[in-house]
Amino acid sequence: MSIHRPREVSLFDASILKPAALAAFRKLDPRDLVRNPVMFTTGAVAALSTVLFVHDLSAGGGHVAVAGQIAAWLWFTVLFANFAEAVAEGRGKAQADSLRRTKTETLAKKVAALDATGHQPVPATSLRAGDLVACEPGDIIPGDGDVVAGIATVDESAITGESAPVIRESGGDRSAVTGGTRVASDRIVVRITANPGESFIDRMIALVEGAKRQKTPNEIALTILLVGLTLIFLIVVASLPAFAAYSGTVIPMVFLVALLVTLIPTTIGGLLSAIGIAGMDRLVRFNVIAKSGRAVEAAGDIDVLLLDKTGTITLGARQAAEFIPLPHVGDRELAEAAFLSSLADETPEGKSIVTLARARFDFADPAAGSAITFIPFSAHTRMSGVDVDGADGITEIRKGAADAIIRYVADRAGRTPGGHPKELVASVERVAKAGGTPLVVARDGRALGVVHLKDIIKPGIRERFATLRAMGIRTVMITGDNPLTAAAIAAEAGVDDYLAEATPEAKLELIRKEQKGGRLVAMCGDGSNDAPALAQADVGVAMNTGTQAAREAGNMVDLESDPTKLIEIVMIGKQLLMSRGALTTFSIANDVAKYFAIIPALFLASYPPLQALNVMRLASPQSAILSAIIFNALIIIALIPLALKGVTYKPASAEVLLRRNILVYGFGGIVVPFIGIKAIDLVVTALGLV
Amino acid sequence: MTAAGILQILLFCAAVTAGAIPLGAYMARVYSGERTWLSPLLRPVERAIYKICFIRPETEQHWTAYAFALLAFNLVGLLVLYAVMRVQAFLPFDPAGQSAVAPDLAWNTAVSFATNTNWQNYAGESTLSYLTQMVGMTVHNFTSAATGMAVLVALIRGFTRRQARTVGNFYVDAVRSIIHILLPASALMALFLVWQGVPQNLDAYTAATTLEGATQVIAQGPVASQEAIKMLGTNGGGFFNANSAHPFENPTAFSNFVEMAAILLIPAGLVFSFGRMVADTRQGRALFLAMGILLVAGIAVCYQAEAVGNPALSRLGLDVTAGDNAPGGNMEGKEVRFGIANSALWATATTAASNGSVNSMLDSYTPIGGMVPMVNMMLGEVVFGGTGSGLHGMIVFVILAVFIAGLMVGRTPEYLGKKIEAREVKLAVLCILIFPLAILSLGGLSMVLPAGLAGMSAPGPHGLSEVLYAFTSAAANNGSAFAGLSGNTPYYNSTLGVAMLIGRFLVIVPTLAIAGSLAAKKIVPPSAGTFPTHGGLFVGLLIAVILVVGGLTFFPVLALGPIVEHLLLAAGTLF
Repeated sequence: MSIHRPREVSLFDASILKPAALAAFRKLDPRDLVRNPVMFTTGAVAALSTVLFVHDLSAGGGHVAVAGQIAAWLWFTVLFANFAEAVAEGRGKAQADSLRRTKTETLAKKVAALDATGHQPVPATSLRAGDLVACEPGDIIPGDGDVVAGIATVDESAITGESAPVIRESGGDRSAVTGGTRVASDRIVVRITANPGESFIDRMIALVEGAKRQKTPNEIALTILLVGLTLIFLIVVASLPAFAAYSGTVIPMVFLVALLVTLIPTTIGGLLSAIGIAGMDRLVRFNVIAKSGRAVEAAGDIDVLLLDKTGTITLGARQAAEFIPLPHVGDRELAEAAFLSSLADETPEGKSIVTLARARFDFADPAAGSAITFIPFSAHTRMSGVDVDGADGITEIRKGAADAIIRYVADRAGRTPGGHPKELVASVERVAKAGGTPLVVARDGRALGVVHLKDIIKPGIRERFATLRAMGIRTVMITGDNPLTAAAIAAEAGVDDYLAEATPEAKLELIRKEQKGGRLVAMCGDGSNDAPALAQADVGVAMNTGTQAAREAGNMVDLESDPTKLIEIVMIGKQLLMSRGALTTFSIANDVAKYFAIIPALFLASYPPLQALNVMRLASPQSAILSAIIFNALIIIALIPLALKGVTYKPASAEVLLRRNILVYGFGGIVVPFIGIKAIDLVVTALGLV
Repeated sequence: MTAAGILQILLFCAAVTAGAIPLGAYMARVYSGERTWLSPLLRPVERAIYKICFIRPETEQHWTAYAFALLAFNLVGLLVLYAVMRVQAFLPFDPAGQSAVAPDLAWNTAVSFATNTNWQNYAGESTLSYLTQMVGMTVHNFTSAATGMAVLVALIRGFTRRQARTVGNFYVDAVRSIIHILLPASALMALFLVWQGVPQNLDAYTAATTLEGATQVIAQGPVASQEAIKMLGTNGGGFFNANSAHPFENPTAFSNFVEMAAILLIPAGLVFSFGRMVADTRQGRALFLAMGILLVAGIAVCYQAEAVGNPALSRLGLDVTAGDNAPGGNMEGKEVRFGIANSALWATATTAASNGSVNSMLDSYTPIGGMVPMVNMMLGEVVFGGTGSGLHGMIVFVILAVFIAGLMVGRTPEYLGKKIEAREVKLAVLCILIFPLAILSLGGLSMVLPAGLAGMSAPGPHGLSEVLYAFTSAAANNGSAFAGLSGNTPYYNSTLGVAMLIGRFLVIVPTLAIAGSLAAKKIVPPSAGTFPTHGGLFVGLLIAVILVVGGLTFFPVLALGPIVEHLLLAAGTLF
């Protein structure tokens, strides 16, 4: 399977930067700014300082040149923050535009009833949930829905990037279709499930554009903290003139506002929404649609991961590993029967039997003339095989699950099932105990032996589970296998726990039990019977190939239907939180240096000995204040790449992560501005800006 | 600094730690309702009180009911105290014939004692009758300490309970604090003080003829009983104006040592109780360590500043080095009996804990020496702090630290298994915000109003420090005074009273709301992905957050007060 990831948009793509620069100005609209209290404060302060500057200009105040520059840099601070948000949105927009192209006005073939023959052309946008539409080869499916009649191959490359068409059929677990995808073959009737504007594509567009983005719980909590810090520094700055007046200093208003803006957490305040949008964007890049940001954040908190065995932990296909003949049957005899029965079997299991038989006994392909009729697998008989029309009549070879073959053998002999050989049961049990799937082969109504089909653990999955364990996440394997088989595979794959003979109820019960213990549970599923569990789980990832019920129940949909992607989703969630935490820490730590720049500058005139606090030896009070303001603005631009890409996340225990991040963003946050402000001061002085 | 001085400080730290650990274990048992060795004696008393007061101890309260009970209890106490002061002239036990306390002073004093601040704009021996001292001051020393402890216990329950609606019963927590902890400890302490020479009588003041032939009236009274709870309950309101510098409050070097240790004993013990009650003693140890490091750093800076003394003196050719017969350094305002080390130690300990008693006059400290107590209070009284209130303030900082840095591990921040979400952050920010609001707005106001400026006794940055100190002390509910400031004016009496009320109850209510919010949450079991809050890394982080969030708020005003005064002093300017 080839997965085409959407093109990774470069951070400095001109096609994004240009519109973003314009958007930065558009976002100065106070109605937009008010969503971000820190930036709103900065904007208000910038407006105030502009008024002061104009006033000074006309009145000829003492600090006109500096005041003008401070006002300008305050505006830049807001613009840079807007720019960061616009760049983040722009990256998503590129993807949204390509998605939007699939939404071009199509005519839907609305049908009155399932068995109606004719259809009535209506615009796709007029369809409501519950409408039935017919789709024929080449048609664009007009909206999200469930196939209610027919089977067809559907080209979903528009949303998944996957070029091979996929099968969609009524009933079963592969009934959901997505609006905007194209029917490649056959006619299907689809019951529309989403009203216009609520479809997957609409959600995806809204998500990547960040238009209808709602703040996530952590983001709200963080915003509250930032507002609190802003208020504290507002109190500090507002009360300062009184203390200064007593000390014989009159602080120019423009310096005071400069102090305020440098102290309030503008760095994180300016980048907060960019971080959130970029996090969603990363998820979409992985072809996962989250229905809410809340789910993405919850993914970072996951304690328990429920994973289906098949397709997630093991390869979907099992491989033949061994032929176990019954006592009176030869090795070769069993292998040959198995070989013949699998020749026309296109399933991976069938192919693996052929491969194994060839490797063991060097069978040749049967002569072209021999009449072999392939009996395909049917859900009714649960067997497949061949009828060989040889010299001595028709030889029936069948293979299938143990109980199916036993019933077949009994049927052929005209008796009720039972009384099958002990040896057969023993072999079947032995295979099951080892974690394998026994496949019984029979010829002409006589069981020959067992083929051991082994579950193949996905390469590298063991290491991934070890990584998850290091992150503090417990993995639980869900399987319909019996406990013995489950235990064997669980041990081999390295999962922490397993739920064997899992029914949908047992799954739901397990999730509830874990949640009762205070844990957050993630799972993925596709079938309708997974829907309750998907809805109950804190993070439920539905496979896009699954049913509409499952897709509605989960809070994320994986367009590539890759269950192991849960691991990436968890990492994206963690990275999102880490980026916010790192920049918050950095932002607050920055204040230390800013104090040492501005406080001595403000009071030097009244108290010359305060020069001792000017540890950076900044050239003059004016240059010190200006440098701090410039640093404060530039640091936002400098950190945009970090905000968009997210803090590097290497799975490790919380302790290790904390140590590393405190060192980088905590200590870094204290040290960097000392260097930065000093450097800017040198430039400002050299250019003679003050 | 002298070897003897350092040795005494180390001995002090060892004594506090050694006493706090078993006391912490005892208090944890008391609050959990378990049997202690004092139960046979004290349980009947406790039960009798419930009966008399119609308290149903098994009835649990929602945090709002808990807060309401607490506020009502304190309001009634405040009003009674105010009334007693106003009518004391008509009440018995008044051998010195004290008249009614003026309304503004009575308001200030009533608020001061109800909020565990014990700021004193009065001189005890010339203002209050024995009855007022006993039923007013001493009783409030118990109830205000118990109030802080109750809030803490409710907050701890927030962490230990899962999906609960209630946080305990305020009356039960307060009664247990008094009956099982404060009363027995104070009884022991009072006996010790009497042994050391502290008076405990209801006699009239003694008129004595001095060697010079002058007449001196020697004040006395039921001192030991008040002194004991004054130290243990982090109250600090002295019987006499000179507080613990007075020989009747603090007669010997031994009493000085024990009184100092008593300041920190219960606040430090509660940190260990916390660890036991949340069933993870490492958590208690980590907080103890964070507090301990801040305390020792404060002591070191203060002691160093005082031991070096005033550079102006050395420039005059005076020898300020310590020798066998000379204390050296800055001895102005200090008791010769205690010397520099014990004075610096007391000043730091009393402001670290929200005690506020003094055995030396801070107005005479060097700028840096005097800044240490001020910074201790500005950090929010979380370095051990008041009984209960110190630790619950510290836990608010923990919540902030966990939230700020906790995101960096890629999970919703949690502390002790409780997720820290928008509601907790909002309430924690409110607690932190109240403090600069009270200090800086009222302090700033006093910098421009004539009534505020009139109170200063020194010009320049030292005057600023006096006012700043007063509002910091009031808002932090500490009660220590920088001295120098003439606080007994209608202006300061009323504004300081407001600062005390804000600093106390506007912090307690959100804290209880945090308790209620946490109690309703599930407990997330710890895993390798959980933010570890017991290691050295967390201790360092917590200290950094306290210093950055708490400290940086006040950096500008400190720069205009003690910092610039220190720099000017080095340059030769005195105030």
